Amino acid sequence: MNDNLQQQLIKDLLIESFEGLDNFDREMLALEKGQGNADTLNVVFRIIHTIKGSSGCIGLNKIESVAHVGESLLSLLRDGKLEFSPTMSSALLEYSDALKEMLRSLEQTGKQGEVDYSALLQKLQALQTAPPPETKPAATFGLFEDDSEAPLAPRSSTEAVPAPLPAIPHTETVDVPEKTEVEKEVAARPAASVSDTAIRVDVGQLDKLMNLVGELVLARNQIVQFTGQSQEPTLLNAAQRINTITTELQESVMKTRMQPIGNIWARFPRIVHDMAQELGKKVELVMEGKETDLDRTIIEAIKDPLTHLIRNAVDHGIETPEERRAAGKPEQGTLTLRAFHEGGQVNIEILDNGRGINLAKVKEKALQRSLVTPDQAAVMSERELFNLIFLPGFSTAEKVTNVSGRGVGMDVVKTNIEKIGGSVDVLSEAGQGMTLKIKIPLTLAIIPALIVTSGTERFAIPQVSLLELVRLEAEQARKGIEMLYGAPVYRLRGQLLPMAYLNRELKLESAAGDSTNETVVNIVVLQADGRQFGMVVDEINDTEEIVVKPLGKQLKSITCFAGATIMGDGKVALILDVMGLAQHANLIAEVRDRAVAGSVKAAEKVDERQTLLLFNAGQNERMAIPLSMVARLEVFPRVQVERSGDQEVIQYRGQILPLIQVANYLSHADATPVQADPVQVIVYSEAGRSVGLLVSKINDIVHEAVTVKRGGSRDGILGSAVIQDKVTDLLDVVGIIRAADPTFYEESTKI
Amino acid sequence: MTNTKQFCTFFVNNLFFGIEVLKVQEVIRYQGMTRVPLAPATIQGLINLRGQIVTAIDLRRRLELPARHDEQLPMNVVVRSDDGAISLLVDEIGDVVEIQDDIYERPPETLKGVARELVTGVYKLKDRLLLILDTEKTVDINAAGNRS
Repeated sequence: MNDNLQQQLIKDLLIESFEGLDNFDREMLALEKGQGNADTLNVVFRIIHTIKGSSGCIGLNKIESVAHVGESLLSLLRDGKLEFSPTMSSALLEYSDALKEMLRSLEQTGKQGEVDYSALLQKLQALQTAPPPETKPAATFGLFEDDSEAPLAPRSSTEAVPAPLPAIPHTETVDVPEKTEVEKEVAARPAASVSDTAIRVDVGQLDKLMNLVGELVLARNQIVQFTGQSQEPTLLNAAQRINTITTELQESVMKTRMQPIGNIWARFPRIVHDMAQELGKKVELVMEGKETDLDRTIIEAIKDPLTHLIRNAVDHGIETPEERRAAGKPEQGTLTLRAFHEGGQVNIEILDNGRGINLAKVKEKALQRSLVTPDQAAVMSERELFNLIFLPGFSTAEKVTNVSGRGVGMDVVKTNIEKIGGSVDVLSEAGQGMTLKIKIPLTLAIIPALIVTSGTERFAIPQVSLLELVRLEAEQARKGIEMLYGAPVYRLRGQLLPMAYLNRELKLESAAGDSTNETVVNIVVLQADGRQFGMVVDEINDTEEIVVKPLGKQLKSITCFAGATIMGDGKVALILDVMGLAQHANLIAEVRDRAVAGSVKAAEKVDERQTLLLFNAGQNERMAIPLSMVARLEVFPRVQVERSGDQEVIQYRGQILPLIQVANYLSHADATPVQADPVQVIVYSEAGRSVGLLVSKINDIVHEAVTVKRGGSRDGILGSAVIQDKVTDLLDVVGIIRAADPTFYEESTKI
Repeated sequence: MTNTKQFCTFFVNNLFFGIEVLKVQEVIRYQGMTRVPLAPATIQGLINLRGQIVTAIDLRRRLELPARHDEQLPMNVVVRSDDGAISLLVDEIGDVVEIQDDIYERPPETLKGVARELVTGVYKLKDRLLLILDTEKTVDINAAGNRS
């Protein structure tokens, strides 16, 4: 056998086996909890059988022989010749560890390792030879005579495929028992169909593809910019097509790099199980939304922070059964992991119903470590106090256990998540548990950014750190920015916003010298590390999707830049690292105190802030919907609206998008359908189906606390609220869509 | 029969330099450049090399030679390094020359300053001396940046 082929086979074996063993662990835990069934045993048997078969095939005798012993035991269990017992489960978990250990050694050193597993093997053998009296003795454990599967067909099992289907039957059974109806449906489908339609692709290949698409995006930008000046219709048409095709290609390629978050969750049940056992706690792990897709670079980046948070929750969050009983809670604590998409971001929530955060203790600790002054602590809001746990050098754990508290604190978790453009928030009620909310972007490779000019250079500011833009003119431009002991500040809605000048920070020659003799001042309000600050730039250009490219190592030491990108004209522009820039300008340290005091007021009124999209429907109806319900905002020329039956539709991304005239569903006399050109459409998507809501004008996006006055007597309206000092109706999106297409939600659940 | 080596040659401030041909990815004309604020002075800027972002190092500054005249546009010698491609800005490009090993000599002890660090050897050609640059050390700016 030639070496390359051997290497490839080993690689395949490793991928397949690690995946399989993670599942194996989970199934074992399910069995231990009594949630398993005959099928579960089938699944675990097949996993081991596959490993044994493939390793034997490529001459890995040690792995094969170890796998064999467990397989024999499992085969007895599967055939009902043995009863499953907790002793077996722990032996089998140990056995899975042994296999993993050998595989890891194979991965790292190319050898199967020197560890001697004979004690474990004897244990497994002993379990086989002591069957309950009524069953036949172990003499019958011949290997394959009762196997439906040929030993050399490892890939026919579902777990050999990188989980392209959201619900692989055996993964669901463990954590979401209430979904059994759906599972059975899925399970009923022949497993072969999965492997027929999915192939394994080397990740490097995908990365290369992604890079090429990135280049194409840049070339596309150049073409679009260039053809903008042309009148030639053929050219314009072609450019238009290249534009749409590139966008679609970019999205499709991005999708291929997506992986369900369940891939990294797979190891959590085992971690939780082991920790709970070690700490003498009872913990149930519930996982929701494991099919949520995100880019593999991000999956890699959040793996460790998530593991840390899970460990933390089990170690510090969930109490011992005695404590829980004393507190009047069920002995078993629950740890919930939830993932879902919202507003172009992935949200991950980690909820536990443990002891929560003791605010007094947090305060005490923060004072003790001099992280805040007593004065500050006295005026801090709850939310501010919770967020203290993310400060470096903070840990409320009284003792350092060997499970967590190994010096990696919450601050590292936070930094790691912020590094990939995400954010963490913590909520807790003492005694009731705590919730960590993590928001992360879908991908890192292509990000939306604002292009600004300072001096003669252009810079890109990642949209995630951008809060708002402020433009000061005439009188304001001269007086808007005040000096506070030499530090420029600006009053932004009554709050002092620390300021810096980009040209000064980067030592650029710039037209905008002193703020005193300026006619226009452009301020970019940015956020880093939870603090806000303003940056004066010469010019604000445009938002663009940019491809992030790394800088060479010669420039790595300049923390102000996160990378570079190539602009539409082929020139290079630097991407600002907002965090690094703030530190460079000494804004972060300075801001910290102020933000602590300043946000107290803000936090009081901002308990339930929501991001809302404001628009007009009908004549002058001021309406709002939560931004989370909006998939996209689109503008189409009127001529693109076509009719299908009595339904207005539009061709959109290769699909037919039904349009709903929002005004028709409002019980207002003056509600006239939108006839404007171009038409403004809010695209709403649910379970892969989309519908376009036709509105007359999109106004604004606001982030405000909303108190709904329930006035839901009118059709299509959920209620009213005061937003931006004006009465605004909240549109009943679901109701309107139901009224327009009663089957919309039904069908979407079936598909 | 002695061994021969091929060198890509160029001029910087009338000095004749060479880099082993295998380390050179390509030679291109002057390109528009994006300056990097706060960067060490030896880094002239960033260029777009077919979608790849390449750092350009001014060899005159790197070798502590007098600055180039404004009207004199440098050429890019793009070299491969562990960290990807890096462009060295030079005054003028020479030929690719094939040289026999027997006219090689270690740099004289009297060589001073940064050149002592970056020049690994000298080939005694008939009409002039060819100084061989250590590319890895040349592109290692952090060390140089800290010192100056």
